[in-house]
Amino acid sequence: MTADVVRVRDLVVTVGAKPLLVDVDVTVHRGERVGLIGESGSGKSLTALAIMGLLPEDLIPAGSVVVTGHSGGGVQRVTSVLEAGEPALAAMRGRDVAMVFQEPMTALNPTMRVGAQVAEIMTIHRTVPDRGAAARRAVELLDRVGLPDPADAARAYPHQLSGGQRQRVVVAMALANDPALLICDEPTTALDVTVQALVLDLVVRGVEARDAGLLFITHDLAVVASVCERVLVMYGGRVVEAGEVQEVFTRPRHRYTRGLIGASDLDLTRPDGKLYTIQGSVPSSGRFPAGCVFRNRCTHATTECESLPPWQGSGPEQGFACWHPVMAS
Amino acid sequence: MTEQLNAVDPPAIRVHDVTREFRRGRTSLTRPVPVVHALRGVSLEVARGQRFGIVGESGCGKSTLLRIIAGLDRPTTGSVQVEGVEISHLPERRLGFLRAQLQLVFQDPMSSLDPRMRVRDIIAEPLVAQGHRDNRTRVHELLEAVGMQPDAAERYPHQFSGGQRQRISIARALAPDPRILVADEPVSALDVSVRAQVLNLLAELVERLSLTLVFVSHDLSVVRYVCDTVAVMSRGEIVETGPIARVYDTPEHPYTRQLIAAAPRLRAALAGRTAAVLAAETLAAQGGSRPTSTAAPAVPLPPSSPKDTR
Amino acid sequence: MTGLSRGAEALLPPPGRRTRRGTEATLLVGGVIIAVIVLLALVSLVWTPYDTGEINPSERLALSSDRHWLGTDKFGRDVFSLLMVGSQTTLLVGLVSVGVAALVGVPLGILSAMVPKWWGEVIIRANDLLLAFPALLLAIMLTAVHGQGVVTAMIAIGIATIPSFARVVRSGAIGVMKTEYVLAARAAGRRPLAIALRHVLPNVASLVIVQASVSFAIAVLAEAALSYLGLGAPPGTPSWGRMLQEGQELLFVAPRLEVFPGVAIALAVLGFNLLGDGLRDRFDPRLEDRR
Repeated sequence: MTADVVRVRDLVVTVGAKPLLVDVDVTVHRGERVGLIGESGSGKSLTALAIMGLLPEDLIPAGSVVVTGHSGGGVQRVTSVLEAGEPALAAMRGRDVAMVFQEPMTALNPTMRVGAQVAEIMTIHRTVPDRGAAARRAVELLDRVGLPDPADAARAYPHQLSGGQRQRVVVAMALANDPALLICDEPTTALDVTVQALVLDLVVRGVEARDAGLLFITHDLAVVASVCERVLVMYGGRVVEAGEVQEVFTRPRHRYTRGLIGASDLDLTRPDGKLYTIQGSVPSSGRFPAGCVFRNRCTHATTECESLPPWQGSGPEQGFACWHPVMAS
Repeated sequence: MTEQLNAVDPPAIRVHDVTREFRRGRTSLTRPVPVVHALRGVSLEVARGQRFGIVGESGCGKSTLLRIIAGLDRPTTGSVQVEGVEISHLPERRLGFLRAQLQLVFQDPMSSLDPRMRVRDIIAEPLVAQGHRDNRTRVHELLEAVGMQPDAAERYPHQFSGGQRQRISIARALAPDPRILVADEPVSALDVSVRAQVLNLLAELVERLSLTLVFVSHDLSVVRYVCDTVAVMSRGEIVETGPIARVYDTPEHPYTRQLIAAAPRLRAALAGRTAAVLAAETLAAQGGSRPTSTAAPAVPLPPSSPKDTR
Repeated sequence: MTGLSRGAEALLPPPGRRTRRGTEATLLVGGVIIAVIVLLALVSLVWTPYDTGEINPSERLALSSDRHWLGTDKFGRDVFSLLMVGSQTTLLVGLVSVGVAALVGVPLGILSAMVPKWWGEVIIRANDLLLAFPALLLAIMLTAVHGQGVVTAMIAIGIATIPSFARVVRSGAIGVMKTEYVLAARAAGRRPLAIALRHVLPNVASLVIVQASVSFAIAVLAEAALSYLGLGAPPGTPSWGRMLQEGQELLFVAPRLEVFPGVAIALAVLGFNLLGDGLRDRFDPRLEDRR
């Protein structure tokens, strides 16, 4: 087994007395692509923010988040995110861990030329000898992410680029310092489907070439299946199922995973011609039921589900938490 | 002319050679005002009872077309007939008949409901606008039709989830008993687990009330479930139109092919259609007809060379 | 296409940290301050500790005592009684001028957002012209025509406040006009007037309330300034601004004559601002469920 680039254990995030994340375990190894899927309120984006040490002030995290970064100069930098101070976190962000957000327009500074923004991320972390080298490498990176005429593109302002081109710039910035872990939070949700295919490819090639870990957050099961090897399914602030993509999507064990796969498959209909659905709607944050978080929408729920189902499986990377799992066929 | 058409039972919607240009803000005093061609000669016909999908990516003009059909915008040139009546030149105050016959469901279930109105007032709005009084029972009837409790009437939109808000939006659209329902990306802002519910509801209502449906989406697979006919739009033009199964299985236009090739599908992905395959197929389908701006990199991103690193 | 991406946003507490409890406290404090001022003004209509018209040279510039709670001014008039009577002028000027401004400015702002873009520009440029016109000059001109008086001051302040209402309401109304619920209302067959009254006005109401409370505070200060310059309340009509003016020459002898009306003005301004903030939140249905 290769080294972990991030190891999250028993992460709990609360606001006031309201739990938003409970007992979240996430591990990403070097060179591994892990998907984090869930609907609104599942806590997937919050997990990403916790790893980056970017949780808003009034959200209180507990547990452990350890990021293992580069072995630059023979010393491997290990950051305990929840305990680390702001200077250590700033050194980690953009260097050991980089992030691509959903909205490429707001992720870029509208008053700065994109080339300067890519160069800046390198000068901040001093991964290039001087400004000139940073500028040259920025153009090179823009070329590598497929921007036409990269020298011209570097002089453009964000609003002069299309949405897909902007997201390419964001990807270039994220990959500029060869991070050990790349976190993508719905990176293609705001993009057209034809552009999405190309940006997904770009992200996968980028992390593969660097042997970096990828944590890919999305609500789209098909996108996760195209990009990732392993997947974690989140619902109501908990990880409810985890495993290999093939395994989880072809033989789901948790009732929620099963329902989600059914509801997102528009090619598959019930005998009456209707789509498979999950009843009810996703509760707002902090209003999920006690015990099994899915029990108020689950057709198989019994009184047993009022207590918390234990995790069954070989470890945090493979297993599920359900009292009435789908039978393994 | 209109009368002749009426005599032979006109289609629900007929759009003929419609163009729409928008003038951008002047960027320079000396240069001419920049003009955006949102629609470039669009023609289509939707028969009564048909479920007609319009598919395209952002900026292709599908929302503009939809607004023109709904009488919320005017074409620059061309003609639009709804139930045989030319609407493209009528001022908004003379569109009363259209408002009773054609109703809309919008994309964003948050911004399409006035946050300061109670649900009963929201649903009753089309009725009040058309001069009906005392709509209490009708509102309850409508809430039931979209699968909601009657007590929802007294509450405000923010007290509901996205899926429930979209149900309220559908109830409002059905209030005046329209013959045509126009939906603009009605499920693209919803959670996956709720999307199927709303699609089922829409399909069921269209069937039960024998509505004509115009359904705009960026997602061909959603359209495939709801519609029987589809028009594919790209850059202000309809590039392909036909029965949905035919277009989906044997797309003729390169753009349609690209749209289908680029869409990730769960089962295909599990069978090995990875992001790299997806990208390669998308590029192959596009056949170099699009500008290089969307071209994938020829070489993978290499890590920075050791000499650059401190 | 934004899909389920609102995950993090939906989990985070609402921006601004406006809560019910905070709203109640703001509303209460603001309400109490304004209620006390209104009460004093009402009581002063029928009773004051001393007649403010009565000049009593033997007791001039008295310090605070049991007989005169806040002392007396240079004419021997009771300062507390003057403050009570002065609050009438202050409230009247504030209410009427803000009322005039809102009555003209709000419809103007909504209108400019709903008419075709070109007309909207014309309206708002005309509005800017008024904004650029010095309010003081307007007051002097009106005084020249109609003579010095409280009514002149109210109208001058009111007219000068119109543009700020129109501006604020216009920007809010433009935002509301872009929402899908307005589109939905049009699709439902709503006429422009109904859209303005049912959708635009309620949704810019919070802006109007905040602007009104700020304008009220400014109006109180403006009245004080005009009276201080001799353009507002005529001699003999007590007003807080007039008191400031009359106390000015004795600033180093009896600073309390400046302090008391000054504090009264500051309290009134604070009270209206708090009340405005509290009211805005009170009428926001979205705050109902939050704790």
